[in-house]
Order: sequence, then C-alpha cells, then structure tokens
Amino acid sequence: MKTPDVTAALGDKKLQLAIYSATARLGERRRETITSDHEELRQYAHDIKKHTLDHLDFYLEQLERNVEARGGKVIWAKDGAEACAFIQNLARKRGVKVIVKSKSMTTEEIHLNEHLEEVGIEAVETDLGEYILQLGGEKPFHIIAPALHKTKEDVSDIFEKHLHSKRETSPEGLTKIARVALREKFLEAGMGITGANFLVADSGAIVLVENEGNARLSSSAPKIHVAVSGIEKVIPRAQDLGVFLKLLARSATGQPLSVYTSFLAGAKREGEPDGPEEFYLVLLDNGRTRLLADESKRQSLYCIRCGACLNHCPVYRKIGGYNYPWVYSGPIGKILTPQFMGIEHDPWLPFASSLCGACGEVCPVKIEIPRILLELRSDKVANDPDRAELWSFKVWAWVMRHPKFYARLAPLALSAAPPVGPVKKWLSQRDLPVPPAKSFRDLWKERSK
Amino acid sequence: MVRVSLFVTCVVDQVFPNVGMAMAKVLEAAGCEVEFREAQTCCAQPAFNSGYRDQARTVAEHFLTTFEGAEYIVVPSGSCCSMISHHFAELLPGDNRVHDLEPRVFEFSQFLTNVLKVEDVGASFDGLVTYHDSCHALRELKIKDGPRKLLQNVRGLRLVEMDTAEECCGFGGTFSVKFPEISGGMVRTKIDAIERTGASTVVSIDSSCLMQIQGALDRARSKIRTMHLAEVLANTLKAAE
Ligand code: SF4
Repeated sequence: MKTPDVTAALGDKKLQLAIYSATARLGERRRETITSDHEELRQYAHDIKKHTLDHLDFYLEQLERNVEARGGKVIWAKDGAEACAFIQNLARKRGVKVIVKSKSMTTEEIHLNEHLEEVGIEAVETDLGEYILQLGGEKPFHIIAPALHKTKEDVSDIFEKHLHSKRETSPEGLTKIARVALREKFLEAGMGITGANFLVADSGAIVLVENEGNARLSSSAPKIHVAVSGIEKVIPRAQDLGVFLKLLARSATGQPLSVYTSFLAGAKREGEPDGPEEFYLVLLDNGRTRLLADESKRQSLYCIRCGACLNHCPVYRKIGGYNYPWVYSGPIGKILTPQFMGIEHDPWLPFASSLCGACGEVCPVKIEIPRILLELRSDKVANDPDRAELWSFKVWAWVMRHPKFYARLAPLALSAAPPVGPVKKWLSQRDLPVPPAKSFRDLWKERSK
Repeated sequence: MVRVSLFVTCVVDQVFPNVGMAMAKVLEAAGCEVEFREAQTCCAQPAFNSGYRDQARTVAEHFLTTFEGAEYIVVPSGSCCSMISHHFAELLPGDNRVHDLEPRVFEFSQFLTNVLKVEDVGASFDGLVTYHDSCHALRELKIKDGPRKLLQNVRGLRLVEMDTAEECCGFGGTFSVKFPEISGGMVRTKIDAIERTGASTVVSIDSSCLMQIQGALDRARSKIRTMHLAEVLANTLKAAE
C-alpha cells in the first residue's frame, strides 16, 4: 500500500511548532469551557442528528417548503458541477462580476472559486484566514482555522506581496490591512455566498456562526445571497439550536458562544430595512445520499465541522492539513474521504491512525470515528486485499489457533527476524527490545514444577 | 478465594515475560488463586485492527474456547483487554459466549482496584515515576485514577504527572510500521514530555506502549527506564507461597 511522503512536514520545525501550539491552544480553551452537562449535551445532539438523518427526506422537504414560503428558492444539486453551474448562470444573468464569500468548507469541496474564476467572476474570500490563503494561492490547512500554520510574519509577507502594504506584524494591524482591502470588495459585490452551519426545517432559517462578522455582511450587503450547504446540515427545530450552538462554539474555539450567530430567513420582505433582494439555498448531495445508505457509518454525516477532532489528533498534529488527499483533513477527513470518493481512492487513509480514540472522545456529536476507521479498514481488505498481507494473516491465524506451534514458532520469529520489511521500518525510528531467553509460558512451567 | 485465569497476551508472553510473572505474584499476594491456561495465544487484535476480520474471528473463537468456564480473566494490557471486552462483540455478533465473557475480563489494575478493592499492595520502589495513560485503557476501559492510586501507595515512590499523559505514544500496532515516520514523531513528542518531568521511570499498563517508548528512549540514549505497573507493584513484594 502506497503511503504519502510526510517527511517534509515532519522535518519542518517551524511548521511543527505552529501546528502544535495552535492546536494545543484550541484544545486548552475547549477544556476550559466544558461544563458539567457536556456529556448530556453531546448525547442530545447525537440523538437529534440521528433522528434527523434517519428521516432526512421528511426534514428536507419541510425545509424547502419553509424556505420558499419566506420568498427564498431551494436548488437541489446532485453534485459539485450542478451547484457550480447554477451559481455561474445566476451570476451571469444578473451581471455579477464580483462575489464576496464567507468561509465554507462545502464550497471548498466543490471548488467553487475555481469554477467562478474560469468564467471571469472574481470570488473574494472575506474570512481573514481564508483571505490570507486565497492571496497566497493556498488551501485551508484546518477546517475552522484555515491559516493555522501561518505566522504573523508569513501573513505580513503575503500582504506586502499582494496588497503592497508595509511591514506589519501585529494582529490588529494585519486585520486592519485586510479590512480596508475587503471593504471595497463588499461595496462592489453583486452577490454574497456563504455556507450554512445549520438549516432549521421548522422555520426555513439558515444559521451562520462566525467570529468576524464577515458572513453576516456577505449575506446581507449584496443584492443576492446564495447559501451553499450539504443536505446533512438540517436540524428539525429552532429550539434544538441552543444545544448545537453551545457545543459548536465550545468544541471549536472554546468560546461560550461564537461572536456572531445569524438567523437568516429568506430575502428582504416589504417594509424590511435591509437584507438581500434574492435568496437561494443550494442543497448539495455530492455523495451524501450514498453515505446515508450505509447504516453503520451513516453517523459520519452528523459532523458539525467544529475541528476538535483535528486539534486532538496526534497524527494531524504531526502531518498537518496538507497531507490529506481532500479538503477535509484530520480524523473526520479520514472517514469522509473514503466514503465520498470510494475506498480505492486513497486506501491508506483509514490506516493512518494509531486508533488512540482522542477524536471520538472530543467529538461533540459523538461520532464513533475509531469504529468507523476500523470498518473502513475491513472494507479496504474486502475490496482489495494485499496478497502478501492476507497470506501472512492467514498463517498468523493458523498459528494462533495451534498453541504448540505458536509456543515454538513465536520465539524463533522474534530472534531470527531479518532486519527487512516491518523490522526495518521499526528500526528506522526506535530500538527493539532484546528477546528474552524464556517466554512466560516457559517460566510458568518451571515455577509449577 | 478468588480464582483468576491469566491471559498474559502474546507480547508479554514472548517479549516481556517478567511482566506476566510480576502480575501473577501481585495477584497471589492479594489472595487470588492463579492459573495459566497453556492453550492461550493472542487476543486477535492485530488482524482485527488491520481489517482482516475473518482471520481475527477464528482467533477470537480460539480465545473463547480456551477460557471457557474461567471465573475471572485478568490481562496485563488495556488494549488486549478492550479487544476482548469491547470488540469481540463486533466480530461475533449474537454469540452468547462473548456476552457471558465480557463482565469477567479485567485489565490488571482494574481488577485490583475494582474487584479486589485493593489500592495498596504493600510494594516499595525508590524513585520519581511518571505514568503514561495508554489509549485503549483510558478511552475504552475508562481507566485513569486506579493505576495512579496504586502507584501513590507504593512506599518510596513519588508520582509526577507529565503535561500530556493522555497523548498517544504512537505505537498503534501495525500503524508503527505502516507509518513509521508519523509513529516516530509521536513517540518523540511523548518522550520530550516524559523528560520534562525529571522522572527516572515511566510506568504504564500496556507493554506495547512501553516497547515503543523504551525503543525511542534507547534510540535517544536516554537513561529513563520503562516499567509495567505489575513490575513496580511486585517490587520487594514476597511471593505468596
Ligand atoms: S467529526 Fe466531530 S469533532 Fe470532528 S469536526 Fe466533526 S463534529 Fe467536530
């Protein structure tokens, strides 16, 4: 099985320090905001997600009715191509040249920016982290802190190069530079595109959670607002939001609540002072219904994209966000990617885990990530076993069922194993213990004599 | 008298036999009648975790046959214990033997503190010790305070916490050889944390983690030693004869 070369990330001291300290800080803050009812909240959220996804068709139809009743329009997109085509056409029809965007992993998933660029539309990211990456031509490194790997100095370099600003390394100064540049774009933009954290079926509302206020502005300043969301983001009732908003803010950034929570319901109605003139909700499938069909792994869709599993993942914290094959990195990426793309796409992915379980422990909606990783490993083996490995496990299993052979063969295997294959790989990092003269079973026999 | 059947795990049997002997000694001193069933081999975890469920299933069945009728099964490994008590059910759904077995399998420290209600075994050990939480013991078996209490009650032993005791050592079974660089990076982070405590010994309840940690300590030419909890508890403890 081919595995990616991660030596560059592991050898980059500056990067290692940046990832380690940023994720530690987020983890620390999370622990500080956890309340004594946290376990109950997690179970409640898990149960709501389970109920909703078990009856997804019902809630999506209810959502559609309620969005349209409020003057919005729902677009069902089978895949990224359909979603992008709709947005391109709409922009073209309305003569939109500039679009402001707030942070959305769903639009990353469908490469919306690239599609818009191809037809000559400028889509500007307005979340500070995303903006920095867009200027530098990079992808999100982390699902909630996209520029987590960038130092203040790195950001200043990028701004100097692309915005011709002066050297500036204070966070406030850097934010100011970005704000000035982005303000122009907000004024120019004919369309705002956002993601959605939650879609509320009983009220037809889109809920956006953020800390910078740019999502609120992107959804209200331009004449047209398009929200792009995976179909799994729906929740049944507005009253359930209390639990989800708490869990999301605490798990993601260790805040009691995020700074801005916007409830957006449709377009501006008569007599209302502000809001967009047109509102569209693009509901994206892009493989989600396939996941839905798999009952034992369906809970992968419960994810509220808080990023806590990344911050607590010892593998993510070593290899960072760019060694994962798709936009979703860390533990959640490890279970989503093979299910969206097919296990054959990157068969190594579910194996790149020590199964330490830290992800499942922190996940606010209690996704059993380690269990799903194990199932995916089994799927990979069923789909495309490595012949040599299969045979060695067959031999191993036979030996393990024959204790007499095991007692004789195991010491031989240990003392005579040549330093190739797994032994060589082990020795590439650490020493091996000296095999003992006698096994436990030998010692026990002697003792009992 | 409490009758205990040892499951010493293949790693302890073949690589760390003294851990198994130490465990037997502590259990006997605590008043247990200890047996070792020779037909035992492995808990099936290597195949299960690698995705080879058919092969794992046959080894799990061998385990069930071997331990039929055992009153308590005590294991010197959180990971192997959890394989049996948490994952056999996934391999053999609906098998009543698994259902019957689950409440009788204990990790060694858990057996001492929860079943025998022993927190002081009367051992002594001279030195500054830090404890590494092994992942499956911590997260699947919820073992956290028990081993620490047992250590704190050892005469002469001073327990110091590392700042990242709950962080994985990077072993992960075949992960350690499928992704050696990542696994190596993880264990180096771990030994940095261990070194910061100033402890001369690092203790855990899983020999596989200790093999990984000791291997990295040796590679870094560190003087710090690893010890299984059973070895510490058996220290200066006379065998109950
Ligand atoms: S899987 Fe859980 S912890 Fe990870 S991002 Fe999703 S909700 Fe957060």
